[in-house]
Amino acid sequence: MSRMSCDLAIIGGGPSGMAAAVQGAALGLDTILLDEQPAPGGQIYRGIEAVQRARADDLRILGEDYEEGAGLVAAFRDSGAAYEPGSVVWQAVEDGRIGISHGGAARILIAQRILIATGAMERPVPIPGWTLPGVMAAGAAQTLLKANGMVPDTPVVVVGAGPLLYLVATQLARAGVTIAAVLLTGPDIGMSDALKVPGALRAGRTLLKGLAWRNELRGMGVPMIHGVSQPVIEGKAQAEAVSYTVGGTRHRVPAGLVLLHNGIIPNTQLSLGARCKQAWDPGQHCWRPETNEWGATNHARIAVAGDGAGILGARAAACLGRMAALDAAVRLGKLDPAQRDRMASADRAQLATQQSLRGVLDRLFPPAGELLVPIGPEDVVCRCEEVTVAELLDAVAQGCTEANRVKAFTRCGMGPCQGRVCGPIAAEVIARALGQGADRSGQFRVRLPVRPVPLAELAELQS
Amino acid sequence: MFRRLHELSATVTVFLDDAPLCVAAGETVAAALLIAGVPVFHAAPRYGSPRGPHCMIGNCYDCLVEIDGMPYRQACLTIVADGMRIHRMTEHEASS
Repeated sequence: MSRMSCDLAIIGGGPSGMAAAVQGAALGLDTILLDEQPAPGGQIYRGIEAVQRARADDLRILGEDYEEGAGLVAAFRDSGAAYEPGSVVWQAVEDGRIGISHGGAARILIAQRILIATGAMERPVPIPGWTLPGVMAAGAAQTLLKANGMVPDTPVVVVGAGPLLYLVATQLARAGVTIAAVLLTGPDIGMSDALKVPGALRAGRTLLKGLAWRNELRGMGVPMIHGVSQPVIEGKAQAEAVSYTVGGTRHRVPAGLVLLHNGIIPNTQLSLGARCKQAWDPGQHCWRPETNEWGATNHARIAVAGDGAGILGARAAACLGRMAALDAAVRLGKLDPAQRDRMASADRAQLATQQSLRGVLDRLFPPAGELLVPIGPEDVVCRCEEVTVAELLDAVAQGCTEANRVKAFTRCGMGPCQGRVCGPIAAEVIARALGQGADRSGQFRVRLPVRPVPLAELAELQS
Repeated sequence: MFRRLHELSATVTVFLDDAPLCVAAGETVAAALLIAGVPVFHAAPRYGSPRGPHCMIGNCYDCLVEIDGMPYRQACLTIVADGMRIHRMTEHEASS
């Protein structure tokens, strides 16, 4: 029989969710962790148990940061927290109700405390041709490598900006994949450039790691081209090549698979759906839920921890998960605030270090402005409904200055993804048309359920 | 488009558009189809443009397929099962 109530329900099995579950269970909270995936780890440590068990060779490809997740996964397995993998959460409501679909049946779980730990997603990269089959987010290739031990068997072109691009390209090249080109919009950043950023010295080890990836790619003979502009994916039924401009000249490189990346942003679907107040983060150029240092939102029962509350990376996510669990215990009367503060001291110190590191990375690798917004009138903004830039601009010309107005006029954001992907793009298109910042465009509202649920499941809802 | 770094151990049989396909137990429908060399999963409803998996983590809804008679399922979030019947949704159903 499925559980119908608990003290602390955690949504998401990545570093923040697992760390929160370990801490919550240790404090005697009746804790349940719900996760869409079949095994713990989140996307960052996806498949870590299977890799260790059956594909240990792949650890050399994936690197030590990935392997670091094994300790947290093992601690979570031993924690005593209830674990429900394969659970799709389609709503979280401020009164504590969580809608879950699992194994073809839906139910409502009532939680005294809800911790949303749904992590990050890749920022969309709406360049011409981005909807073609054979074009994926760079993280998708990592997912296939981690979860399935699968790598591309066709020449890959990686396009975009951000440190993750170097990592993905390095991992694929280590696995023997032909990287036809790494096309970066930004300049080539050396250690001397990096050290000009305030706080960079304290981030020295992280920066060295990034430079090591770049040097490793060079050593493997992977062409890295910096200062690229106007990338276009060519192909009719499938991606065939990427053309781009560098140094005033147009170039073209054939590709069987194109990987795109322009940094990561919080996945706000559940926190938005729960009407948690959101704030614009100018440094990371994205929306995130408003939280205090314990992850608390404007709703008394709901907290958000990890990258879903602002991008800080896996180590910070674990700290924030533990801190949110400590705060949950205070709110449930199992701990007093002074104990909480004492128990959080190590995590607070680690968090400060991670925040300073992230600040350096954010300044070194801002999102590439050119990749945020499509220009051509026929360029696709909304993948689901095939809504173009021209249609959005037409709505703006008719007086729609806010994202939800534009959505109502154009259907942009009304497809199955509910604007997860096109939301940030539509905001940029509107903002550019009106000559203002993207934050002024607002955010698409989210309708529950946040994931599609068959009507038959809702009809037999157990609650 | 993809290859495996390791030999398959446990396998199950699914049916893709009624043809049997041997896939790795425990993998997602999206991974199984990609390794089988299937780039197109469905057609976008307005103009019928071909679509395949893009994000692989449940956000883009471009890997939609019909699974055991239920349309619009996210292939990247669904684990294969022996005997599972998968149909690509590539028929253009434009109505607008």
